[in-house]
Amino acid sequence: MNEIIATNGLSKSYDGKPALIGLDLAVPRGSICGFLGRNGAGKTTTLKLLLGMLRRDAGTIRLFGEPVDSEASSIAVRQRTAFVSEDKELYPFMTVNQTIRFTRPFFPAWRRDLEEKYLDLFQLPKKKLVPQLSKGMRTQLMLLLAMARGAELLMMDEPTSGLDPSLTEEVLQALADLAASDGTTIFFSSHQLAEVEQLCDRVCLIDRGQAVIAGVLDDLKAEYRRILLVFDAEPPRELAGLPGVDHLRRRGRTASLLAHVDVDAVVERAREFGPCSVEVRPVTLKELFLDHVRGE
Amino acid sequence: MNLRINFSSGVPIYQQLMEQIKHAVDTGAIKGGEQLPTIRKIAEDLAMNPNTVARAYRELEREGFIEVRHGSGAYVGMPSTSSAKVAGIRKAAEVLRPAMERGLAIGLSESELRRVFEDELARLQENAAAARRRT
Repeated sequence: MNEIIATNGLSKSYDGKPALIGLDLAVPRGSICGFLGRNGAGKTTTLKLLLGMLRRDAGTIRLFGEPVDSEASSIAVRQRTAFVSEDKELYPFMTVNQTIRFTRPFFPAWRRDLEEKYLDLFQLPKKKLVPQLSKGMRTQLMLLLAMARGAELLMMDEPTSGLDPSLTEEVLQALADLAASDGTTIFFSSHQLAEVEQLCDRVCLIDRGQAVIAGVLDDLKAEYRRILLVFDAEPPRELAGLPGVDHLRRRGRTASLLAHVDVDAVVERAREFGPCSVEVRPVTLKELFLDHVRGE
Repeated sequence: MNLRINFSSGVPIYQQLMEQIKHAVDTGAIKGGEQLPTIRKIAEDLAMNPNTVARAYRELEREGFIEVRHGSGAYVGMPSTSSAKVAGIRKAAEVLRPAMERGLAIGLSESELRRVFEDELARLQENAAAARRRT
């Protein structure tokens, strides 16, 4: 069993409005996978379905190879999974220390060494009440509680939203270290492409409830190419129909093609339209994101 | 070793890491036989993915550039052509310097100059890759 998260044809609607349409997701053990998509693309719905906080309409979900909603396996699956929600709710009447002491006994695999380490790293004031903490510190406390649980899978919904760049870097370092030392599988949604590029080896981009790109980030960077064409007149619309072209964007006399299979053949075909210049460039994650969620 | 990865570039990160480690050896920042930082150390220092570091090490090992000894870490192999490489880098710098000076004289900014350089390099690599695929 190498896949820690695996969904097949996962679907969910709210009041007849589809939120997820047959989502296939695969996150292998030890991977850090970034889950990307516009607001309302279905990211939080997916996370809630994975955690059993929502009921799916169709499809299958397996965590650690076990179905999440069978009574026999659901407790075991939950013990091995930690989650940091987007709202980051904590009890307002507890101090940092009390919150940690309260949380600890719920989790048999709790790691005192990691608890100490992150307390120290994040420099959290133990005696302060939760409402007295800054937003960044509350986030770090949530992360500490999730990371010290000794879970094999850590899921997070926008973990670094609202953090300043230096706190973000600390959090990313802590996550990189957790993955390197414990082999923890990490799956998180984010709008910060830069942090996803930095930390993740895999990405999954969803749009309108469906996965549009998924895979190893470095492989995607190696496969995808932008082909820039300049014409004497308006570029032909037919370029979009060339086999292998994912997206076409035309602006003035230039056309920009995104391709990822048999790029050379696409370039050859494009040349037949008689462009006055052809340029092939690597593609950044930001470009992949924008091209796939916009289209022409 | 001073590693600087451009995470938002279109160049795969493991390839950037490979290039920088090779460069560190070429310039003598790391010498043959010396130990490289552990995967965990690099991952934590750069807050990057340990699997990606491992992939760079795996590729470097496959190329015979480093030797991974289980339990004790990765070591740089003994290069035979290192001094030739250093001379080559010096030579390249001499060739490129006047071109860069001209670019600045025309009024290009540093980042524009860098972009031109990287674009041209990408184009060369792309052409070489296309030529390889055709054969």
